[in-house]
Amino acid sequence: MLKCKQATELMSQSQDRALTLNERVRLKLHLLICSGCTNCNKQMRFLHEAMEQFRKR
Amino acid sequence: MQNESDQQSLQPQKVDAEQIAMMREEMVRFTTLQLRDAILAEDIVHETINAALSSGKYTGRGSLKSWVFAILRNKIIDVIRDRNRHPTESFIEDHSGYEDPFDERDHWKEAQTPADWGRPDMVMANEQFWVIFEICLNRLPENTARVFMMREHLELDLKEVCKELDISDKNAWVIMHRARMQLRQCLEMNFITGVHL
Repeated sequence: MLKCKQATELMSQSQDRALTLNERVRLKLHLLICSGCTNCNKQMRFLHEAMEQFRKR
Repeated sequence: MQNESDQQSLQPQKVDAEQIAMMREEMVRFTTLQLRDAILAEDIVHETINAALSSGKYTGRGSLKSWVFAILRNKIIDVIRDRNRHPTESFIEDHSGYEDPFDERDHWKEAQTPADWGRPDMVMANEQFWVIFEICLNRLPENTARVFMMREHLELDLKEVCKELDISDKNAWVIMHRARMQLRQCLEMNFITGVHL
């Protein structure tokens, strides 16, 4: 079972490389049971979007 | 064989100095964010404008702005490459301003568990958010910021970032993770829960 810290590492890496199938499944299972990580995952995506908006401002 | 209109579109176009001058401020801001040196940024933008005006290579394909910013990005990457060859600061990781959010079992500490930020469009519609966003970006430690900004601000592929800075993929992933974690923590503390407002 993934720990929260490892889950956040995979969330971050998913923006920089293709995760393996195994990693994707493990991350997904963790997100199903962890609301803190689910929020963190949304926030990491938000950061990318915010950087895009930030450049256009 | 190219037809006549195709050939015409590849002819160098006249670059409008006034139009470029209007982008100047934005170019300085863009450069300062990446290099954290406003004086150096002014110099680089000045060089970029001169290069753009004298290059004679603008074909009118794509906007003038994206062409000028492509020149600017290359000049910024040159500076980063040069700095990397002659580092002036130590490469000791600076952990200031970041609190480890995980406990000894690598689970979130209760007080550090990420909150629900609500709708992204609502957050981004708030002017105050952008002020704090820029402050949080500038609080990232130098080495962390360099990698993160090359990736997310200059929009380089992480492979290119690794090549330019001569670091491994793994190293880059660790730095990107730290950057994102620190940014989200800074935003949550200073904007979302509004402790410091």
